[in-house]
Amino acid sequence: MWLYEKKLQYPVRVSKCDPRMAKLLLEQYGGADGELAAALRYLNQRYSIPDKVIGLLTDIGTEEFAHLEMIATMVYKLTKDATIEQIKAAGLSEIYAQHDRALFYTNAGGVPFTAAYIQAKGDPLADLYEDIAAEEKARATYQWLIDLTDDVDLQDSLKFLREREIVHSLRFREAVEIIKADWNTKKVY
Amino acid sequence: MNDQERTWIPYIGPYDPCPPIRVKTYVVPPNQYIVFQPLDLPQFSLQEALRYGTLWPALFSPYESKNLRRGGRTL
Amino acid sequence: MSEANTKPIDAQYYKLLEELQMVDFGLLELSLYLNTHPNDMKAIQQLNQWSEQRHKIAQQYELDYGPLLQFGHSYSKFPWQWIESPWPWQV
Repeated sequence: MWLYEKKLQYPVRVSKCDPRMAKLLLEQYGGADGELAAALRYLNQRYSIPDKVIGLLTDIGTEEFAHLEMIATMVYKLTKDATIEQIKAAGLSEIYAQHDRALFYTNAGGVPFTAAYIQAKGDPLADLYEDIAAEEKARATYQWLIDLTDDVDLQDSLKFLREREIVHSLRFREAVEIIKADWNTKKVY
Repeated sequence: MNDQERTWIPYIGPYDPCPPIRVKTYVVPPNQYIVFQPLDLPQFSLQEALRYGTLWPALFSPYESKNLRRGGRTL
Repeated sequence: MSEANTKPIDAQYYKLLEELQMVDFGLLELSLYLNTHPNDMKAIQQLNQWSEQRHKIAQQYELDYGPLLQFGHSYSKFPWQWIESPWPWQV
């Protein structure tokens, strides 16, 4: 069971209406290394991984949904009152024709989200290394997004999300160590 | 430049059409050097932790936009 | 024309919200850490202490600005407060 909390994990401010940036941010909404893919990847892997790391996957997967809500908030604020002219200038006409200002799970190039983004091999090491790679790829995406805007308020929220990828990656590395350890020798971390 | 940044010098071909970027950079965050976080690492205050995105200074990785222009424009 | 059922927010709202976000973030960081360091007694004590602090801040926030959680994990005044704006992405 999940509980929704009526607040963002971290404040999201944007300093101007900028639908073009909203389109780029969709990479982290419905992209291969985005927050939706991350949440679904970790929560799905829980069912076939040793019990010692299920708690970690559950919590990081849950935090990813909080990040998804932050990205949605950015897109919402950047497009909410954009004029048709601004939407056209931002290259969002094709999206507008189908969705108006509704959010839609695509990447920045407009490719719809697919379950094929979510890896699950059933081998704990293969899955955890997949997770580490996913976190590093998301960190890189946040870097490129920070490069693409000079809105310092937006950069601030993106820097927070980038740092979270680094912490998650470390926790998954620790999970690898836990998996590697010979539990029969009762090594205590 | 921060100490988590690495640089490399790409080969410049004689017929490259764009003005060459002579030095390229990438970031190596601190998680690459910590196998398992040790106990009792110094902590940020709660206020700082939220701002930095982590509770531990040892895990913090700075990143500044390569876009130096101001005024809220997407490039 | 119907207007959203809106609760006025003020400077105090953002201050209290950020206080809550701060302590909740500390709790989240410690929780992830404890998942891989289950024997760190000091971290568990710190988590329990912050948890108490969180409870007080959340109580104040909910009293002033409405419920944070649904399904009976928060109290409601009359009329039903859960459906009141603003939602997190609107502030």
